[in-house]
Amino acid sequence: MEGWDPNTKSTLTQIPLLATKAGPRDGATWTQRLKEEYKALIAYTQMNKSNDNDWFRISAANPEGTRWTGKCWYVHNLLKYEFDLQFDIPVTYPSTAPEIELPQLDGKTQKMYRGGKICLTVHFKPLWAKNCPRFGIAHALCLGLAPWLAAEIPILVDSGMIKHKDDATSSTDS
Amino acid sequence: MLTRCGIGRLLLYDYDKVELANMKRLFFRPEQVGMTKTDAAVHNLSDINPDVVLETYTLNITTVHGFETFISSLKNKSFHPTEEGSGVDLVLSCVDNYEARMAVNQACNELNQTWMESGVSEDAVSGHRQLLIPGETACFACATPLVVASGVDERTLKREGICAASLPTTMGCNSLKDYFPTMEMRPNPQCSHAVCLERQKEYLLAKLARDAAAKTKMEAESFLATGIPLHADNEWNISVVDDSELEKTDARGSGDL
Repeated sequence: MEGWDPNTKSTLTQIPLLATKAGPRDGATWTQRLKEEYKALIAYTQMNKSNDNDWFRISAANPEGTRWTGKCWYVHNLLKYEFDLQFDIPVTYPSTAPEIELPQLDGKTQKMYRGGKICLTVHFKPLWAKNCPRFGIAHALCLGLAPWLAAEIPILVDSGMIKHKDDATSSTDS
Repeated sequence: MLTRCGIGRLLLYDYDKVELANMKRLFFRPEQVGMTKTDAAVHNLSDINPDVVLETYTLNITTVHGFETFISSLKNKSFHPTEEGSGVDLVLSCVDNYEARMAVNQACNELNQTWMESGVSEDAVSGHRQLLIPGETACFACATPLVVASGVDERTLKREGICAASLPTTMGCNSLKDYFPTMEMRPNPQCSHAVCLERQKEYLLAKLARDAAAKTKMEAESFLATGIPLHADNEWNISVVDDSELEKTDARGSGDL
């Protein structure tokens, strides 16, 4: 796992791995997969809380578990910035990772595709492919979104692209 | 090009909108910025050839909902009811990301649909093109293109069950080096897609049946050839003899003539 910072690596190794290889069109096995996803997410959230780094909340937005929404936070210069997050589970999941979106930041950074999909490093997809199907949503957040926030939010704040909600007169962030 | 050739029907799938940045590559016009790419495409293509039936789907085929619509649109045979297989002759993938290619691969494996995949490198001087026939050639998941495209060390991308030796190291054209290799990619018997494995089995069975039928036909034809003589009469009494018999007749001397 070269190219990853040590914190991310050590956190990742503690998130439970998933066993069922099932996508959203696989009926009962998908239900089983969803249970494993929730288990991993709960474990990851507990870990974050005990490390005083509770940085996201997500839940399924539909009963099939194919759309997820939530919020994430990033602290920069002692201020906490909050962003909505959302993503769909692609049909070829878990071979392909979900594309996490932060719609409020769409157009504010080059490290983003249309609709607010975050642009991941070159290391992410090969690592995901190598570990399929053991990685799930929790791993995508840990390896994808967390490093992205750490890299981009400081730049966006320092350059004035986003303002903290206490400063902003209009709602440029949450 | 297909429109100019007068193809009967084209189905177009794209969820994006036209932007100014597209102008240098895609065949849209600046006044179409803001339109969906599907609407703009229909507009331009129907100007070129009004006889082509154009169907558009402004959706993302990687979502569950989009994918279901994609599959059912391909299966729809109302345009050509007597056609065997799915409702289309060929699927052409001109997408710009791995996830969409995998979705197309999944759909085509399920529908046993031949398709072509293509891509261009970031530096725009090389590209690749691949023909995929489910079961007969490698499917898109058989040989992970992440090895091919990114040049990352194969060891980091090795998936369970894939023999790295069977992965091509380059494919396609590199215009700076004037290099255009082509190679055959056979299916991976340990492909991660269960449907691909099914198609491989079907293809092998069908191939066995085809080969057996071809062999029987060949044997039947050669039998027919030996059974019927080419000439009805044999005026000079020409017959085929063994080489050893020939030596004995020579030894008798030439006085017989």
